[in-house]
Amino acid sequence: MTTTASSSTTTAKILGHPLNAWYVAAWDHEVTRTPMSRRIANRPVALYRTEEGKAVALADSCWHRLAPLSLGKTVGKDGIQCPYHGIVYNSAGRCVSMPAQETINPSATVPSFPVIERYRFIWIWMGDPTQADPALVPDMGQMDSDEWAGDGQTIHAECNYQLILDNLMDLTHEEFVHSSSIGQEELSESEFITTREGNRVTVTRWMLDIDAPPFWRKNMRDKFPGFEGKVDRWQIIHFEAPSTIRIDVGVAKAGTGAPEGDRSQGVNGYVMNTITPETDRSSHYFWAFMRNYRLESQLITTQLRDGVHGVFGEDERMLKAQQEAIDANPDYEFYNLNIDSGGMWVRRILESMLEAEDRLHTSA
Amino acid sequence: MAATNIEVWQDATVVRTVVVAKDIVRIELEPELPARAEPGSHIDLLVTMAGQQAKRSYSVVESSQDGSRLVISVLRAPLSRGGSIFMHGLEAGRRLRITQPLQNFPLRVGAGKYILLAGGVGITAILNMAAVLKRLKADYVVVYAGRSRSAMAYLELLQREHGQRLEVHVDDEGTSLKVPELLARADEHTELYMCGPIRLMDAVRREWIERELEFSSLRYETFGNSGWYDPEEFIVRVPKLDLEVTVPPGRSMLEALEDAGAEMMFDCRKGECGLCEVRITELSGRIDHRDVFYSERQKRQSTKMNCCVSRAVTSPTGARADARAGAGPAVVVIEPN
Ligand code: FES
Ligand code: FES
Ligand SMILES: [Fe+2]
Repeated sequence: MTTTASSSTTTAKILGHPLNAWYVAAWDHEVTRTPMSRRIANRPVALYRTEEGKAVALADSCWHRLAPLSLGKTVGKDGIQCPYHGIVYNSAGRCVSMPAQETINPSATVPSFPVIERYRFIWIWMGDPTQADPALVPDMGQMDSDEWAGDGQTIHAECNYQLILDNLMDLTHEEFVHSSSIGQEELSESEFITTREGNRVTVTRWMLDIDAPPFWRKNMRDKFPGFEGKVDRWQIIHFEAPSTIRIDVGVAKAGTGAPEGDRSQGVNGYVMNTITPETDRSSHYFWAFMRNYRLESQLITTQLRDGVHGVFGEDERMLKAQQEAIDANPDYEFYNLNIDSGGMWVRRILESMLEAEDRLHTSA
Repeated sequence: MAATNIEVWQDATVVRTVVVAKDIVRIELEPELPARAEPGSHIDLLVTMAGQQAKRSYSVVESSQDGSRLVISVLRAPLSRGGSIFMHGLEAGRRLRITQPLQNFPLRVGAGKYILLAGGVGITAILNMAAVLKRLKADYVVVYAGRSRSAMAYLELLQREHGQRLEVHVDDEGTSLKVPELLARADEHTELYMCGPIRLMDAVRREWIERELEFSSLRYETFGNSGWYDPEEFIVRVPKLDLEVTVPPGRSMLEALEDAGAEMMFDCRKGECGLCEVRITELSGRIDHRDVFYSERQKRQSTKMNCCVSRAVTSPTGARADARAGAGPAVVVIEPN
């Protein structure tokens, strides 16, 4: 074990991912009785549901000759049959039937991973299963709360997961990347406050008495038809390790007390983001936009989802280009700006998790 | 958790050895390429017997978090395959070839109830699991059976660590384990992990099946080194290869055939995979099936045997006393695959 000074934060360009943590493997609706495959934290995983509807995650590779189990079919109450020579495994990954023999080799198992279904997602624990504490699932409460409505999608992002965390922890990029929808000058001009508590980091930014950018003007008019005038705008970024970021966003009629806590004259959304490393250079980026007004309107749900999809497409292209540039310039380092404080706290937390797994210097 | 079966060989140094029970020595090793040992894992290592090297498997009894210290325990069993005598002769400072921890016996987290069953030195495979289940506050019992207390390693440690959750059965105290009584306590949420002599494991397996418990919830590890009968010398004839080989008590039939130059097929060398199977064409004596590959039915038929672990014995019942006076060693005539 190496004991490095815990106070230093690196700027490794390809950051490893902690394994002792919950990651989203899939949306709840993606996992069915027909097995699917997804690479998570560099390992192919087969996902399916038992007859009773419980989600199951097994290593996607048969004990015998490593054929992908996800190409097989579900059998019996909770089993899956290898598509090649027919070995059947139960949901614990144990062989329950072997072709052409009367007994079962006790060694025949495939790794099974702990899973939890929560907040419309299937969460998976890829590390030491004896540490898989359900209480450690990051809070994404708005996803299935009665007080919020909305929907989301998955982006297959061709970059290291940490680049996405960086992107979300510093929203000054909106002015440049999202100039037509949510960007505005005031973003990079306004002050922000970064705080860290345990495995959480919060970045808070208020912009007072400004013009609402097009996206927010539309949302205001959904709640306050015909709205005109200045707004107070907020972005409060909540990070929870290893890779969940909820952004409390909104605008309210200027001077009606939103910064002091009265948001009744405004509209409020939560941008829900959770990122699962796929490989060292690609990620599954699950997001949703939840709102707490006009809950009855499916039209608004669809408009917001499609609108945010367009905005995130701009990020996706930037992140891919950034990853390519990183790989094309192996001799160059990252440098930091003051706006990176949130992202740097995130790195610090991830690195201490990696350190605890003794993987800081070996991973990625 | 991944079941790793990829052998990574390395040097290890014996740090210290301590006798922990009658004929059981605890050996602490310092491997060159440390890797974490999960509960249920074992290492393979090379022993030297009469100038020849052979591979043996030993459970990891305990290990440091980063795997830089591994502890195994070895029972001296003069009648078994002989590697244990070499192991008992080890002294601090000695270098050995060992693998990084291998895993065939993974503990699954999340079962409703656990029974950990150890017979004799089988406790070595169970100790680490018991420690993890305790840490997880799982519902578990450790059932430990042995012939006499002096031959049962780690009793004190277990008592200290597991208190009420430990059940001890000692033959010479008249508290022998009753398998039906034990399994009466198992239900559909129970997983049973066991390691011990084959008689015990066979009895549990039979009872488990009888009670129609989920077969995949019965987990066991066998290193293929115990049988129903004491090992005897016997003779193997292979007409196809024009071979006659004497198998001494301390060597397996597979090893003896290999020594004689027969090219044999095998994989696990511990009675699990069935790849070393040979067909029996004639037999005088009886087969002591020590594998877990065949079903009871196949073992009764005895038309085939797994020669990595199974042996021939003299008498029809297997007990020496039943053999006709002057009956020679058992003879088995085989056709290899
Ligand atoms: S590869 Fe799966 S049964 Fe052969
Ligand atoms: S080699 Fe596997 S059973 Fe003999
Ligand atoms: Fe963005």
